[in-house]
Amino acid sequence: MPADFNWAIGGEAGDGIDSTGKIFAQALSRAGRHVFTSKDFASRIRGGYTAYKVRTSVDDVQSVVDRLDVLIALTQRTIDENLDELHDGSVIIYDGERSTMADVEIPEGMIGLDVPLKRLAEEAGGAIMRNVVALGAACEVTDFPIENLDSALQKRFGNKGQQLVENNKEAARSGQDYVAEEYDHEFDYDLDTTDNDYVLLNGDQAIGMGAIAAGCRFYAGYPITPATDVMEYLTGRIEQYGGHVVQAEDELSAINIALGAARAGARSMTATSGPGIDLMAETFGLVATSETPLVICDVMRSGPSTGMPTKQEQGDLNMTLYGGHGEIPRFVLAPTSVDECFWKTVEAFNLAEKYNTPVYLVSDLAMAVTEQTFPPEAFDMDAVEIERGRVVDDDTIGEWQNEKGQFKPHALTEDGVSPRAFPGTAGGAHMSTGLEHDELGRRTEDTDMRIEQVDKRTRKVETAKEREDWSPREFGNPESDQLIISWGSNEGALIEAIDLLEDDDIDVRFLSVPYIFPRPDLSEEINSADEVVVVECNQTGQFADVLEHDALRRVKRINKYDGVRFKADELADEIRAALAEEEVTA
Amino acid sequence: MSSQVRFTDFKSDKQPTWCPGCGDFGTMNGMMKALANTGNDPDNTFVVAGIGCSGKIGTYMHSYALHGVHGRALPVGTGVKMANPDLEVMVAGGDGDGYSIGAGHFVHAVRRNLDMTYVVMDNRIYGLTKGQASPTSREDFETSTTPEGPKQPPVNPLALALASGGSFIAQSFSSDAMRHAEIVQEAIEHDGFGFVNVFSPCVTFNDVDTYDYFRDNLVDLAEEDHDPTDEDAAKQKILDSSKEYQGVIYRNDDAVSYDQQFGLDTNMSEIPDGAPEDAMDLVREFY
Repeated sequence: MPADFNWAIGGEAGDGIDSTGKIFAQALSRAGRHVFTSKDFASRIRGGYTAYKVRTSVDDVQSVVDRLDVLIALTQRTIDENLDELHDGSVIIYDGERSTMADVEIPEGMIGLDVPLKRLAEEAGGAIMRNVVALGAACEVTDFPIENLDSALQKRFGNKGQQLVENNKEAARSGQDYVAEEYDHEFDYDLDTTDNDYVLLNGDQAIGMGAIAAGCRFYAGYPITPATDVMEYLTGRIEQYGGHVVQAEDELSAINIALGAARAGARSMTATSGPGIDLMAETFGLVATSETPLVICDVMRSGPSTGMPTKQEQGDLNMTLYGGHGEIPRFVLAPTSVDECFWKTVEAFNLAEKYNTPVYLVSDLAMAVTEQTFPPEAFDMDAVEIERGRVVDDDTIGEWQNEKGQFKPHALTEDGVSPRAFPGTAGGAHMSTGLEHDELGRRTEDTDMRIEQVDKRTRKVETAKEREDWSPREFGNPESDQLIISWGSNEGALIEAIDLLEDDDIDVRFLSVPYIFPRPDLSEEINSADEVVVVECNQTGQFADVLEHDALRRVKRINKYDGVRFKADELADEIRAALAEEEVTA
Repeated sequence: MSSQVRFTDFKSDKQPTWCPGCGDFGTMNGMMKALANTGNDPDNTFVVAGIGCSGKIGTYMHSYALHGVHGRALPVGTGVKMANPDLEVMVAGGDGDGYSIGAGHFVHAVRRNLDMTYVVMDNRIYGLTKGQASPTSREDFETSTTPEGPKQPPVNPLALALASGGSFIAQSFSSDAMRHAEIVQEAIEHDGFGFVNVFSPCVTFNDVDTYDYFRDNLVDLAEEDHDPTDEDAAKQKILDSSKEYQGVIYRNDDAVSYDQQFGLDTNMSEIPDGAPEDAMDLVREFY
């Protein structure tokens, strides 16, 4: 039996696939197992097919693999779509009493478990619970203590009444009993439990949680896949801390409302995906020029245009790095894992306010829809520090006024950072504008002042480069002369791929870069390595381009842009092949 | 707040670059008077403006202010007000800024009914880009981009506001200084979104909607026994294209504002030094 176990439920959209998958993932997490989930939408055939996949192990799991051990198939298509991941000994649970599944084809070598899901669910109180019957059956197949499922059901349905919880528990039991009684089979799977406590959450939720922890009290957004979860998380929670979420009429409004709140002194944020970033680009320039702290989160999906809204891609790097007319100082942070979504969000707010600058927080669909287990200490709230930067109050404002007593919101300073006075501060009344301006914030076309203000805004980035830690996260063998570099959500799959390569005595150093701008200077690492491979989910190699620019050396590239995230085993193969390729030359 | 504030305290030391005779001078003076009369001072006032001649207002006034991008002044004001409801928020725009590029935001700001004030300097032309048709230009108004007129009916901002659920809809004339200041003051005092469309003539590019035209055609509702709380009467005035009205046309004191609806009463600039005390509860939710 393999150390990790892979399980999926698939059917038509509307079959309750997501919630069923989530219930089982939660049961596994509560039983002290690591969980890594993914949502799978087939691209070969248009339609409503959807699947929720769960990979679980007692050890840490950080990616998906091409293998399915147990599949709950609500349709024939669920089997067909996943054929290449099923193997000898895979168990397929289906309802043969359903007319559409009566002639189901179970591929050779696999074990078909015909369980009357709908009938058993009706007996337990309602056909809607047929997925839970299937989960009970899966518990029997995997020898997983069904009590763990009970607590997940309690959490899921507890607020809808105890009767519903009991019915669901009964439905699960009936699935379990049915398999135990009807099938005299020794299954290969055995899901051990541990005493560990884990929390299970996705990247969008981690961003929302990080925002609240960091003192974000204002969110304005417009719903868009896959960023909406950030907004949904904050709604109802941020209010408990005196904050507010507003659903704007469009993205143009969302970023301007968020900008207004930031000018009023709130830690403020908006989140969207690529098409929304396009719409926000004009105001992004205003945010930067008016030196307003704002966190703009881009949860990337496949582009361009509406592209593939439910598919993975890391195609917006150039947009966040260069987007907007004119030259705009900014920070671009890209968390590399779900827990880092939390910490980078905290950091984004601090950077925004310390340097009065917009910060792009760049995540992606793979991270947004992935639920992953972590020990709660991974989100140690005591370690959250809030730095508000150069904020003046009634007592200190005098230092930043001119001889006429006028406040200078764009004062020319050595470190490039100007003071902020929240509205309401006595003597702080001032204007700011997207027009080029003087120290008072008033429009100017004076050539010297223009240069001074442009340089001042750029100087903030230089100051931040010196003062902050922009190090990459390092994995693998630090001594290896084979260097892998990546950014964003590929980190987990790469860590597992490195383990697989180690089994073949291939030894690499892996730098996972969470900072796009400013970014660590990796020239030395790149130039001292024999082989450099840059891994990213886009076609052109946007990050590879900037690294080549920085280091003045060509690098090898692994690019994936089919809409599906990297899988660990597939990535190991690709790296093996890339390292074997001839060196690229300039 | 101080009762000692004079309207000149809202004036900056920057000389306006509006054309001599521009209606915007009077519009702005009325806004400053209204702010002072309602007991505000520059340190608790936030003025937002968009692009165009109207957008320059933040430079000439003294208060907390943001001069933003074209058409998006209302969303900025919305964010300011939501994040700090203690502030007096006034948004200024032009007819292009408010009814063309910003028309979508106008509808939603009106229906959100936040307790803020929106003053539109309506000169029925694009001035700063040197005389093109605006959304309130007359159907036959000849301009550089519409040599035979726009051939479309003008937007009726008052009707748009009423249809969007407006709770305070007024119109004034920048040259009638007393009435204009009074009307803006009423808009500020209104507990909800106070909208004032101001006839603010462009002396350089609009030779139709002139001071003389408004003086000759303006009907003051205060002299007409108009009851602004009577919705039907308001509708009738708003849809009457034969006259130009000045005054408070519609007022609904019972409309519940967004701030009340959502209990927005916190100054969100104040936050603790670290994560909230009970923040680990947020983590435990994911057990």
